[in-house]
Amino acid sequence: MNNTTPASQTQPLEDESKYAASARNFRQNVARDLANDELRSNFRGAMDYLIDKRQSAFSDQDELETLRRQCQLIKQRCLVKLPLLLEQLEQQLTSNGIKVHWAETITQANEIIASIIESKQGKTVVKGKSMVSEETALNDHLEQRDIECLESDMGEYIVQLAHEHPSHIIMPAIHQNKRQVADLFAKNIEGFEHTTDVDALIQQGRKVLREKFCHADVGVSGVNFAVAQTGTLCLVENEGNGRMCTTVPDLHIAITGIEKVVESLNDVPPLLSLLTRSATGQAISTYFNMISHPRQTGEKDGPKEVHLVLLDNGRSQMYSDPELRQTLQCIRCGACMNHCPVYTRIGGHAYGTVYPGPIGKMVSPHMLGLEATTNLPTASSLCGACGEVCPVKIPIPKILLRLREESVKPVGDIPLIMKGQGSGRKPIEASVWKAWAAVHQSPTLYALSMWAVTRARAILPQKLGPWTQARTAPKVAAQTLHERVKLRNSQKQESGNE
Amino acid sequence: MTLTNSQHQRHYPAPPNQIYLYGTCLADTLFPDSGIDAIEFLERQGIEVIYPQGQTCCGQPAYNSGYTKQARTVAKQQIKQFPLDIPIVVISGSCGGMMRHHYQELLDGEPEISQFCDRIFEFTEFLVNVLKIKLNDNGEPERVALHTSCAARREMGVHLTGRELLGQLEHVELVTHPYESECCGFGGTFSVKHGDISIAMVNDKSQHLAETGVVRYVSADWGCMMNINGALEYQGKSLRGEHIASYLLNRTQTKEQ
Ligand code: SF4
Repeated sequence: MNNTTPASQTQPLEDESKYAASARNFRQNVARDLANDELRSNFRGAMDYLIDKRQSAFSDQDELETLRRQCQLIKQRCLVKLPLLLEQLEQQLTSNGIKVHWAETITQANEIIASIIESKQGKTVVKGKSMVSEETALNDHLEQRDIECLESDMGEYIVQLAHEHPSHIIMPAIHQNKRQVADLFAKNIEGFEHTTDVDALIQQGRKVLREKFCHADVGVSGVNFAVAQTGTLCLVENEGNGRMCTTVPDLHIAITGIEKVVESLNDVPPLLSLLTRSATGQAISTYFNMISHPRQTGEKDGPKEVHLVLLDNGRSQMYSDPELRQTLQCIRCGACMNHCPVYTRIGGHAYGTVYPGPIGKMVSPHMLGLEATTNLPTASSLCGACGEVCPVKIPIPKILLRLREESVKPVGDIPLIMKGQGSGRKPIEASVWKAWAAVHQSPTLYALSMWAVTRARAILPQKLGPWTQARTAPKVAAQTLHERVKLRNSQKQESGNE
Repeated sequence: MTLTNSQHQRHYPAPPNQIYLYGTCLADTLFPDSGIDAIEFLERQGIEVIYPQGQTCCGQPAYNSGYTKQARTVAKQQIKQFPLDIPIVVISGSCGGMMRHHYQELLDGEPEISQFCDRIFEFTEFLVNVLKIKLNDNGEPERVALHTSCAARREMGVHLTGRELLGQLEHVELVTHPYESECCGFGGTFSVKHGDISIAMVNDKSQHLAETGVVRYVSADWGCMMNINGALEYQGKSLRGEHIASYLLNRTQTKEQ
């Protein structure tokens, strides 16, 4: 499977991802999680904390704006050159001794990784935090092939023990509070001493993980920036588990999306600075790993073999439209989620997708198709809090609007922009908007309909679906503003004539 | 294009003698008082206010629902109603944001669209930055809270000008409520399509406002206020929001300085 074409050519569709099914249940998931008071207070508390942290990391607004603009330009430049940079990255990595694999679909990516592991008779994997491996549901796939995969990031480990998925892209277990984690450890870790002291709790979890590092055959990690000019894989992390995963086992497999490529090492410091500050308010992460080659002769440690799997999974589709392409600027900082009033209330699992929150609403329709995700772009009040904090200035609300537009386009409309285009179109809704436009583009029809509405105000319904489940119905005025102004003007004229 | 609030880089004209008022469909149907109050208030500043009868809706509802073509048809029709080269003052921050920022793209290619967008001012923005108004407060001492719609805040900077205006009122104490910048959950069709999320948001917002103990909060957007007031009334609370045009009119007799 070591084909070298960038993964843009069409291939038969794979089996539907398990996330498509859960994204379809968005409404039910939302109802379930909105009713969970503990979950809601966990999220509200955690998001408040993260918002504060970020704010204190950016005391100088002008510096922040300059840096955001700079990083936006870096990512835009790298995206313009994406095909070239990917080629360069492959050449450079290959000459550094790192093997490069291209996967168009998640099934291909999983297959590539499983085959590499099997070719080395690998049985156990330790994994650093990688959202792309969540995207491919790598753990499930490896399990089916009898390969044990242990999450080594503390949050991911908690989520794995609980048989859940990450609820946040930076803080996978943010939906759990410390008491819940303690209970989980008590059930799963032998000899666990019950405590709700966070440090003591984490220490006990870490002990289990350390053991595993020493015995794993394979380390799997993600990548934050892949530098094309030098063939360097950069990995940002806070726990040291990423370093362990990428240095202790003999085989290291990194997996990432094709948009993570940057041109040169110079591009990294500004992006890194914005990433950590936007994500957790840290000036820099505790660890920053730069991996350029496998263990070389004379070196005492490091993996003997390093592979990189570059995944497409809908990214080429984002790439092919100039507006939607901006989605690929994302550096996965999670700030848009932390500041999102919808995410804060429904939490990460309700989305049903790997990536929740505003970023999830932008990428999931490409990964899973608009049909499965039709409720995501509309589940936003377009308040703009996300776009305001996005370090690479993705106009998130604008992209959501665009996805709404793609969703309600007439089926068969050309050009075909994305998978599932038009699947959200409901004939009744479409005719309502047509009628609405007809009325509002004609001052006469508008005046007529306003006249009718105000005259019928007494008999208008007082129950308006979801609106009146928590609010009273608005009351139509006896006279419209148009009428009142007309009246006022004529009265004025009369008094002027007197 | 990332929208930053437009007050930062904006060049403001000298106070005009004449302006257009954009009333918005919401004020037209449900809250005409605030439109009349805005007109009266502006006239008191010695400005002639023209209210074109052909105006309908800025197109935002369709635009936000993905029906771009329909939004465009309606938006084009609005432009025709304002032929004179004078400011167009909009008494809603979110409609103002739509006409000032989103029309640029929506009507890209229309003749003189940029000039049209440049003529759009949100009501409080116009008072502070164009008229450079100085208010005389004749009301009783009171505490009020301010709610600015998200579009108004992020696209038009209304939280700054709203604050500035209330700050000029000598006997008014502006109370900040928790999570002030957080969305009230309206979002147009969002409130119907995702009713339960919207309700969770408006319940929080109304609670945060009520917690301040004020008897009134002020806003420049009827969308949010319809949402929040509706929730407050449903909950049996007496707190209500008032449009800032009405509030200023009631509290002041102004002098230009
Ligand atoms: S969209 Fe922007 S804010 Fe959200 S995760 Fe990506 S980079 Fe961060």
